[in-house]
Amino acid sequence: MSTRMPRHLISIDDLDRAGIERVLDRAESFAEVSGREIKKVPALRGRTVVNLFYEASTRTSSSFELAAKRLSADVVSIRSAGSSVDKGESLKDTIRTLSAYDPAAIVIRSPQAGAAQLVAGWTEAAVINAGDGKHEHPTQALLDVFTLRRRFGSLDRLNIWIVGDVTHSRVARSDILAFTRMGADVTVCGPPTLIPRQIEALGCKATPTLDHIAEADVVYVLRMQHERMTQAFVPSLREYAARYQINQQRLRPDQVVMHPGPVNRGVELSAAMIDSPQALIGDQVKAGVAVRMAVLYELLVGSPVLAAVA
Amino acid sequence: MASPSGGLIASPKLFCTPRPGVDLLIRGAHVLDPRGELDQPHDVLIRDGRIAEIGAVQSIPADDGVDVVDGTAKHVFPGFVDPHVHLRTPGQEYKEDLDTGTAAAAAGGYCAVVAMPNTTPTVDTAAVLGSLIELARRDARVPVGFLASITRGLRGEELTEMAELSDLGAIGFTDDGKPVVSAGMLRKALQYQRLCGGIIALHEEDPTLSQDGVMHEGAVSARLGLAGIPSLSESTMVARDAALARYEDARVHFQHLSCVESVQALAAAKAAGIRVSGEASPHHLTLTDDVVRTLDSRFKMNPPLRSEADRRALIDGLRSGIIDCIATDHAPHAVHEKEVPFEQAPMGVTGLETAFAALYTELVVSGELELATVVERMTAGAALYGLPTPRIMVGEPANLCLIDLEARFEVGEDGYVSRSPNCAFHGRTLFGRVLLTLAAGAVAYRRPMLVTTAAPTHAQSRSAQTAGAEADR
Repeated sequence: MSTRMPRHLISIDDLDRAGIERVLDRAESFAEVSGREIKKVPALRGRTVVNLFYEASTRTSSSFELAAKRLSADVVSIRSAGSSVDKGESLKDTIRTLSAYDPAAIVIRSPQAGAAQLVAGWTEAAVINAGDGKHEHPTQALLDVFTLRRRFGSLDRLNIWIVGDVTHSRVARSDILAFTRMGADVTVCGPPTLIPRQIEALGCKATPTLDHIAEADVVYVLRMQHERMTQAFVPSLREYAARYQINQQRLRPDQVVMHPGPVNRGVELSAAMIDSPQALIGDQVKAGVAVRMAVLYELLVGSPVLAAVA
Repeated sequence: MASPSGGLIASPKLFCTPRPGVDLLIRGAHVLDPRGELDQPHDVLIRDGRIAEIGAVQSIPADDGVDVVDGTAKHVFPGFVDPHVHLRTPGQEYKEDLDTGTAAAAAGGYCAVVAMPNTTPTVDTAAVLGSLIELARRDARVPVGFLASITRGLRGEELTEMAELSDLGAIGFTDDGKPVVSAGMLRKALQYQRLCGGIIALHEEDPTLSQDGVMHEGAVSARLGLAGIPSLSESTMVARDAALARYEDARVHFQHLSCVESVQALAAAKAAGIRVSGEASPHHLTLTDDVVRTLDSRFKMNPPLRSEADRRALIDGLRSGIIDCIATDHAPHAVHEKEVPFEQAPMGVTGLETAFAALYTELVVSGELELATVVERMTAGAALYGLPTPRIMVGEPANLCLIDLEARFEVGEDGYVSRSPNCAFHGRTLFGRVLLTLAAGAVAYRRPMLVTTAAPTHAQSRSAQTAGAEADR
């Protein structure tokens, strides 16, 4: 457990298996904090965390904000609407400006792949990627692994299917990397128009049908975005739902269902499935705060010595 | 022509600042002209900008007024000719202009370049071309030839006044940066070529396949979540346009080929006797999409860097001659334009200053290609466009470069001569430093530390320091 944490969290590739486990172990202790009446620890008192969101987000932005606050950091949250970003300021100039406040961490979500990595080159702060284009969303993958580890104890040899629009999903990319790194077997499934050519290079299998979904221990369902239909990736949401919707007719009760949210009820998931006990969607949201506290803590405070104690 | 070097510019369709012909003796350099017999150390004497004598080492005396360069352990090649550069003038001079672009060319050993018309405004009228030619006569350090656009504003809808543009000095036509999407439109241009002459050069891309792609479609794009540009976006258009060229008995040139399938389509067209040619860039010959994993926008260009199999096919094509020549597709962009996330960055990389060193280091030193082949392909663009090929022969205007193959350097360590630093080889260690470039009989580039000894009488006025400081501006 003496694994070194990276300076930034840009990609799941920044963490080896021991690094992921270290974050998850830390998250377990913060989950305990979240169960207390006073949900706050002084770990980041006097330090500043900037949340910079260039894209709409409910779960990720609110859980990062809450995570930083529960660690007693001063938090500045900036959204592109109404900020100087809308006035044409470049990302570099925005980061230079924010860096003048000497933040300990900058959490950034951007519609562009590689944005967090660029930011890391322009600031002294630790940079956490809260989603960059269709590239990666590492904290989502960590909270997904956290949720699965709690449920199954370990991901080793767990059979996980990721179903839906893989092409446009940063969650799918980070999850494939994180799940396989933790020992799981991953299969991606979706319309051939929404599965990237050579996705197998990431270490997963790919299939265009749900025919063998019975193999899965876990079915991770991706959000089907309506705008993909107008780009003719699928003929209609109706046809998509007919072929790929995850519902109780298609799964056994012991197969677990996950989704990164927000869900399109009745498209990728049936309403009954969302509300069924086999869905871990609520657990994922709950894990979000503890895991993001752990990421902030490990990047800003954590040391190998402390990890050994944990 | 009134200008002193007028007679030294080898074509009426090349334009540059007139400069006096140089008097220079390059002593003992290994002279390699891939089209001739020369492939050993020689003395080369240049008088009034023309090659006056080629003799055994130490056989030519340094006469009065002749500077002497010690070429021992260095190479002299015919000056390179780049059939594909973007000089950004008119309209985008903050990226590059005729002065900086041709200075970069000279620093890379080029003695002539062919500029693309996708400027602002487009080079699609005689008025724009005429003013550009005047600018080149004022600012260009090496001769520049101009292509005009095939269609007005590169919109792919109406032909430009190709005959008038040709008469004024256009050496050919291209909508480079964009494909001519409509086969019907291109067919008309090919028919019109019978009237106006001039090569028609094609950027091949089917936009319905490339769509909003920003890199090669493959394992790396799958990993990065970037929209891919499949190889067949290019190769299907090469095949289509070769068929059109055959039907109209036209002469077309395929620009910046990037993939196996395009090389195959070009080979098939040549085998069928169609009048086609093709070029490949140093970056496509030496890099693959694997470098895009860094998400560094220096590696973003169109067509994109492709797979190792594609790179190998380009090297094989270059060796066999299926691919006729090397073209840099030098495409400068300002720092602020490239310092953005990959998807937002403009397509294009610079290449004039590093083309030879990149190819020499990655392909010749590694044993993939003969040095003579690389030199031949770096000069072959001239003949394709009907321009004279630089030769190391007595009586020819001096169009040559002096290169130290042993000199090792880090790309960008001293900055760039180009106004823009978006070089795909930035930070790489390469061999093959250009020390001196003569273009149209005049010194176009001299590396500042290159020492010349003046022969006894006229010494001071043209010392190495003066010439060096000028070239180092």
